[in-house]
Amino acid sequence: MRRAPTQSYPGINLGEGHASAHKATEVVTFGFWVFLMSDLVYFGLMFAIYITMIDAQAGGPGPHELFDLKSIFAQTLILLTSSLTVGLAMLALKYNLPRARIVLWFGVTLVLGLSFLVLEIRDFLNMAAQGGIPQRSGFLSAFYGLVPLHGLHVASGCLWLIVLGIQLRMFGLTDLLMSRMVRLALFWHFLDLIWVGIITIVYFGGLTYG
Amino acid sequence: MDRRADLHKRERRRYVIGYGGSLLLTLAVFLIAHRYGIETKGVYLSIGLLGLAQLVVQLVYFLHIDRRRSSREDLDLILFSTLVLLIIIGGTVWILGNLAIRMHLQMM
Amino acid sequence: MTSVETGILGRLSWDALPITGLIRAPDANEIIANAAAGIVIVGALTVLFLLTWFRLWSPLWRDWLTSADHKKIGIMYIVFAIVMLARGVLEGVVMRAQQAAGPGDGFLKPEHFAELFSTHGTIMIFFVAVPFVFGVANYLVPLMIGARDVAFPVINQISLGLTVSSGMMLMVSLVVGEFSTGGWTAYPPYTGAAFNPGVGPDYWIWAIVVSGVGTTLTGINFAVTIYKLRAPGMKFMRLPMYCWTIICSSILIVFAMPPLGVAALLLAADRYLDFHFFTNDLGGNMMNYANLFWLFGHPEVYLLVLPAYGIYSEVFATFSAKRLYGYNSLVIATMSIAVLSFTVWLHHFFTMGQSALINAVFGIATMLIAIPTGVKVYDWMATLYRGRIRFSVPMLYGLAFLMLFVIGGLSGVILANPTIDYQVHNTLFLVAHFHNVLLPGVLFALLAGYNYWFPKAFGFRLNEFWGRVSVVCWTVGFLLTFMPLYFVGLMGMPRRSYSWEDPSFHPYMIIAVIGALVITCGLFSILIQLWVSIRNREKTRAPIGDPWDGRTLEWSIPSPPPPYNFAIIPEVTDRDNFAAAKERAAAYPKPEAYEDIEMPRNTGIGFILCVLSGVWMFALVWWIWWLALLMTITIILAIIIWSFDTSTEIIIPAEEVRKDHEAWLDLVHSTAAVDRDYEIAPENRGLARPDMEVVT
Repeated sequence: MRRAPTQSYPGINLGEGHASAHKATEVVTFGFWVFLMSDLVYFGLMFAIYITMIDAQAGGPGPHELFDLKSIFAQTLILLTSSLTVGLAMLALKYNLPRARIVLWFGVTLVLGLSFLVLEIRDFLNMAAQGGIPQRSGFLSAFYGLVPLHGLHVASGCLWLIVLGIQLRMFGLTDLLMSRMVRLALFWHFLDLIWVGIITIVYFGGLTYG
Repeated sequence: MDRRADLHKRERRRYVIGYGGSLLLTLAVFLIAHRYGIETKGVYLSIGLLGLAQLVVQLVYFLHIDRRRSSREDLDLILFSTLVLLIIIGGTVWILGNLAIRMHLQMM
Repeated sequence: MTSVETGILGRLSWDALPITGLIRAPDANEIIANAAAGIVIVGALTVLFLLTWFRLWSPLWRDWLTSADHKKIGIMYIVFAIVMLARGVLEGVVMRAQQAAGPGDGFLKPEHFAELFSTHGTIMIFFVAVPFVFGVANYLVPLMIGARDVAFPVINQISLGLTVSSGMMLMVSLVVGEFSTGGWTAYPPYTGAAFNPGVGPDYWIWAIVVSGVGTTLTGINFAVTIYKLRAPGMKFMRLPMYCWTIICSSILIVFAMPPLGVAALLLAADRYLDFHFFTNDLGGNMMNYANLFWLFGHPEVYLLVLPAYGIYSEVFATFSAKRLYGYNSLVIATMSIAVLSFTVWLHHFFTMGQSALINAVFGIATMLIAIPTGVKVYDWMATLYRGRIRFSVPMLYGLAFLMLFVIGGLSGVILANPTIDYQVHNTLFLVAHFHNVLLPGVLFALLAGYNYWFPKAFGFRLNEFWGRVSVVCWTVGFLLTFMPLYFVGLMGMPRRSYSWEDPSFHPYMIIAVIGALVITCGLFSILIQLWVSIRNREKTRAPIGDPWDGRTLEWSIPSPPPPYNFAIIPEVTDRDNFAAAKERAAAYPKPEAYEDIEMPRNTGIGFILCVLSGVWMFALVWWIWWLALLMTITIILAIIIWSFDTSTEIIIPAEEVRKDHEAWLDLVHSTAAVDRDYEIAPENRGLARPDMEVVT
């Protein structure tokens, strides 16, 4: 079947270079979108809880003492850049560029993801050193319920990247792997969107209203 | 093959534009915060609006969501999810904010 | 947190076994607790013994536990649900008996009574209603939309595994330790570590979290299946009503399960890690929990009842021999209910203290739901109107539903009024209300569906007589049990009270316990019906597959269906595609060519995750940290290793498909069609004679 491939799945896709994988991916990708939306509700609720608990500091340290905007700025830049590199990896995949390019961009993404995690954990340790531990107040519980949840997602994204790398070595660029890469890219962009919510609501919102 | 190379270039440009756009928005947010402090609601409102713009930029340039007919599925899903989220988050904040006021926990 | 000696087995010790309590203080309470534990142990041993005796281990493993076939997964869900139903019903009987024992303290200890209402609610919602509803959906949806399986067959298997393992936690809690005493809603701070340091709430939390993951995956799976896998020509407005309700219910799951997961996990964070989400001190806010829980809880009600509406729609249409009346309005009503169900959660806590304005807004939103529901009731009645009605078992359940459900719905509208709710809130009136919608609404529908589709799944019909006995028992039992509760509720009797003093409640309590016994008879008549039907199966075989003159695609294939469902994927041209084909005398077409069919290969991942998640939950409940950590790592590794398994499909050769399909077609042509008057006679082999007016 060599019909001109229509863009049967919109948005991020494998495109005409990989007709068979493209078709097989359609259902799975849609399913993954639905999963992401379910996950989005998780985050949405944690945001709502954070908003209702901004005031619940119980005399403990608050946003002004704990939040380090410089580090947040660095983390934001890292995540943003990783979104770009994931996009470039997808383009390399879609346009049949040499496999080394795909590996390169995914590799850069992995490094960026890990450095994000390092900075985030360093932040948490700094906060803990100033008494900002989740056991201290409702506000801090809400903070630690939300931000590390995002971090956990990034960590599983990194694990996913590593597994994909191994599978790429073992199986080569099969339809199945391409389909997984599409989903990984979606996941990664999704985490970036959540991070935008976190800086806006958790950090700046916390500093304004906390 | 020429057409494909062309397409590739176009798509890459999209990513780069998206990256540049969100970079600018991020810088703007942190600059505002740095310059004006983050104490007043006016400043926060502008930060919030920039955050919203950031979401739109990323949705359009990274996730390729737009209003073309072929993208409608994603868009429908995202819009419905947004509706549910607005109901859930809005309702939660409304209810618990009201409870806090009535119980004299100061909030908001 | 309390300081408990935590060794290699965490806080597990001999005190956790109920027999220890019996030895220390033998009384009625301990005897009942031990009897319950005994039933679990003896039941498990009996199953193990029978499997070994009849050498069923390898068929069980090969044909069922590792199967990714949606039909088998559906049947396993339903078996699981019926086992749990038996426990839930018996618990209900014990509770009714306790309250009927007269003014005073009855025979149960308060904690034991609290455990009973907590497990009863948790089981009936999460481990009876949900698995039963989605078991039926598993079986039917691909058949109805003309697909060979669901979108993600292996995920489907994993969902089943997670549901079963978390259900098993409730069984384990009978034998080791105790279950939560905090009700099925588990409101903190009562369920927090400060007031409830034991293992009870932890059993609740992990059972809810893990089954919630399973249910969410199911929701995603069915939303995508119906969205993407419909047969060619099956536009949305040709979708059987039942599939409409399943897609709406799946969407509800996708968006409503997360609040439950968040509520339970944050409660776990409070209990295990000393967070302060819902505690009394340091800024915790237990009202957040009520809000979260009902963000889930209200859509949950509709995600259970919408598929029930779907089943009734199919049953009414088939047994009235008519097209479903008002299909479009039913679709719109279903979607409106799905969306509205996200806007009413506050009516579960009108009395929490928010302003009258908020109460009014949510009260009005709640009342609005009565409108689409009313539309549905009228549509069903119009479907019956001038139909050629057969009073078979599913139809009888349907008629009982129509009458009883309206009462339940109306009492719901009464409760939607905040001022009235203030009076009857937390009384047995509420208990009567939700049993009134859940029994005739959900359970009767599931039993109707069980009777209706059983011949599709197993190739023979269920016994009609015992089916009718069960309808009568369930209906009468329901009326006797729950109507009195409306009255005592209005008289002011609080729900969940193990003891009461007002003698005027007594007659009602006596009637209610009699009703509970009648319901038990209903439960047993279902089991007897199954037994009798299996024994007499040669007389009720209907291998052609259409014993009820059905209207939708699932009736157009053999009973039981082949693993691949459809030898060739049908072209859909009409809403009631099979009924239309029969009218055109175009049913049972002979295909021109056959193709190889790709089907999902068996895999053990669902079973493995079932076992691993079960051990993981147990380790967390008992603070066996090393085991919990080990299991976490093992689960992640299992999933990663599974992702390396790339040969996930097997091919069924076209020749094999042709042979089976043509043998069946020959059977179709050599079988005598039967008129509807002989529907329950042995002559009904599953080939329906078209109605008189259609015969030319």
